[in-house]
Amino acid sequence: MGIQTDAEFFQLQEEIQAEPLTPGQIIRMRFLRHKMAVFGAIMLIVLLFYSFGGVIFFSEEQANFTDTKLRLSPPSREHPFGTDTIGRDILARTIYGGQISLIIGLSAVIVEVIVGVLIGAIAGYYGGWIDGLLMRFTEAMFNIPQLFLLLVMAKFFGGKIPPIDMFGRSFSGSVIVIIVIIGITSWMYLARIVRANFLSLKEREFVLAAHTTGTSNLSIIFNHILPNSIAPIIVSGTLSVANAIISEAYISFLGLGVQPPTATWGNMLEGAYNYIETAPWLWIFPGSLIVLTVLSINFVGDGMRDALDPHAIVEAK
Amino acid sequence: MSRYIIRRILQAIPLLFIISILLFVLMMNTGDPLATMGGRKPTRPEDRARLERQLGLDKPIYMQYIFWLIGNDWSKIDMDGDGIAETPGTRKGVLRGDFGDSLVSRGKAVVDIIMDRLPNTLILMIPAEIIVIIASLLVGIYSALRQYTAIDHIVTGLSFIGYSMPIFFVALLSMYIFGVNFKQWGLPYLPTVGMFDPKVGKTVGQVILHMILPIFSMTVITAAGYSRFVRSQMLEVISEDYIRTARSKGLPKRMIISRHALKNAALPLVTIVGLDIPMLLAGAVVTESIFAWPGMGRLFIDHLSRSDTPVIMGILMMISVVVVFSQLVTDIIYAWLDPRIRYT
Repeated sequence: MGIQTDAEFFQLQEEIQAEPLTPGQIIRMRFLRHKMAVFGAIMLIVLLFYSFGGVIFFSEEQANFTDTKLRLSPPSREHPFGTDTIGRDILARTIYGGQISLIIGLSAVIVEVIVGVLIGAIAGYYGGWIDGLLMRFTEAMFNIPQLFLLLVMAKFFGGKIPPIDMFGRSFSGSVIVIIVIIGITSWMYLARIVRANFLSLKEREFVLAAHTTGTSNLSIIFNHILPNSIAPIIVSGTLSVANAIISEAYISFLGLGVQPPTATWGNMLEGAYNYIETAPWLWIFPGSLIVLTVLSINFVGDGMRDALDPHAIVEAK
Repeated sequence: MSRYIIRRILQAIPLLFIISILLFVLMMNTGDPLATMGGRKPTRPEDRARLERQLGLDKPIYMQYIFWLIGNDWSKIDMDGDGIAETPGTRKGVLRGDFGDSLVSRGKAVVDIIMDRLPNTLILMIPAEIIVIIASLLVGIYSALRQYTAIDHIVTGLSFIGYSMPIFFVALLSMYIFGVNFKQWGLPYLPTVGMFDPKVGKTVGQVILHMILPIFSMTVITAAGYSRFVRSQMLEVISEDYIRTARSKGLPKRMIISRHALKNAALPLVTIVGLDIPMLLAGAVVTESIFAWPGMGRLFIDHLSRSDTPVIMGILMMISVVVVFSQLVTDIIYAWLDPRIRYT
């Protein structure tokens, strides 16, 4: 991006003369300049308020309360989003479903990052046969399309975990199953990035210096090399949250995901296509919330990629 | 080059073994295939024991894997449970092209079941992929050549949204608009489910009519992602020196775009398309479920829910082979298209 107007030129000159910015400030500045990323971040905060703040207005009993007299009733004053096939209020369910969907998205990425970073770091750092073995395994996992693997694993672990009581509420055990299987079927890409980073960083002088001062391998991996490859991990992790939410929606949509009565945006859509003509509110509301969340996360991820890219520092005007 | 191909094929073999072991272990623990065998009645214990022996389910898992892999016609099965193996096995094993028989549809070979459904999936996927490639090239190049104009902003915005959409949402939305709303408004509307109208029968016209919505949903999402990619590739290429040279030689713009820029910009698309073929197959699972399309994706879901291991393993292994080989073919095509790349 060149300098196009005088105003930009003066602005640039001012910036050059001003105090040097810390990397944190530069990243924040560049993120804020990315308008869509800021929009995405605001949308995400709104969505978080919607699903976690909605608890004040609706109790979980309301979300799971079935009233068969009110099956498939269209949006009205009492039920602004209508009711589902067994008369549950869709508005309340999108609130509680949102919590689970967002929690699944975030936790699955934590699992993914842990597995991906560990495998990538070990393979890249140690090299040799360890690298060969781990990368063969990664490649094998890569070669089975994720959705098929997810469905097989959902079937494999399905129904084996009892419901969990937490925060005075009962969650279906399938929530944990979904988190774990999404995590362990999506780490391959991250592992490859981390490995590539480790391969190049381990040849650098600071690693040699750490070796000569007798630093342990573990400490070199986690304290010296890992902090230097944090940027791609953050970017890829952010975008993975969107993928995890979509994956949850896919498996739940196909009926192998989180089991009712626990609501998620995904399992609210299950079977909705049978009512495409008669009850569009069944899928429009949870579906739009998924799209909005995924879109916002992708915007934020895109902004982060630009903000965290070290090569872009020179370009920042 | 041929040495490279041979080496890649040799590398693919252990890979496929790892995949098959992984999947086999997962599949053998996913549920009880015998539970649904007695029809509505629960299977009687003595029948169950006999079936287990007959299907080899009483054997340890590594033996089951070996039987699956190389067949059991070299050993004998103890059919009546008296401890003496007397009946010779009949399975030939995957390595000899026998994927066994389905547990759910008794007596039907897995290969036949898959081959029944495969054409249905392919007639959805192949046109979809062709439309995706053409559309994304057109849109990507068009918006790259008009960078930062209003149209470019609209196209990039829309493709970002399309790329973030889960396929079921596009599918449901398009069904609602083109199937339901059009009907209400009295416009010609599109059918939403199935492959043909049973009242009319399976005619070419009917199938094409029923293909429109599923193909539309699949293309919207994939084309959105691809066109973003083509756009950024194109932007990179048109800032190269050789494009400037071509311009300063006074070549017409059309010529520069089609001869010089397009070739190099479209090249990486080959890789993306090659790597995305499995994604397309996966997308078919959801698409086929929504549109009640009798393809492989539906087959997979139906048989997975009843733990029909031979069919599921057959589908998954077929896809894995497709993935491994599509990667190989992609690399070969890439080297052939781009003389700068040489594999040794």
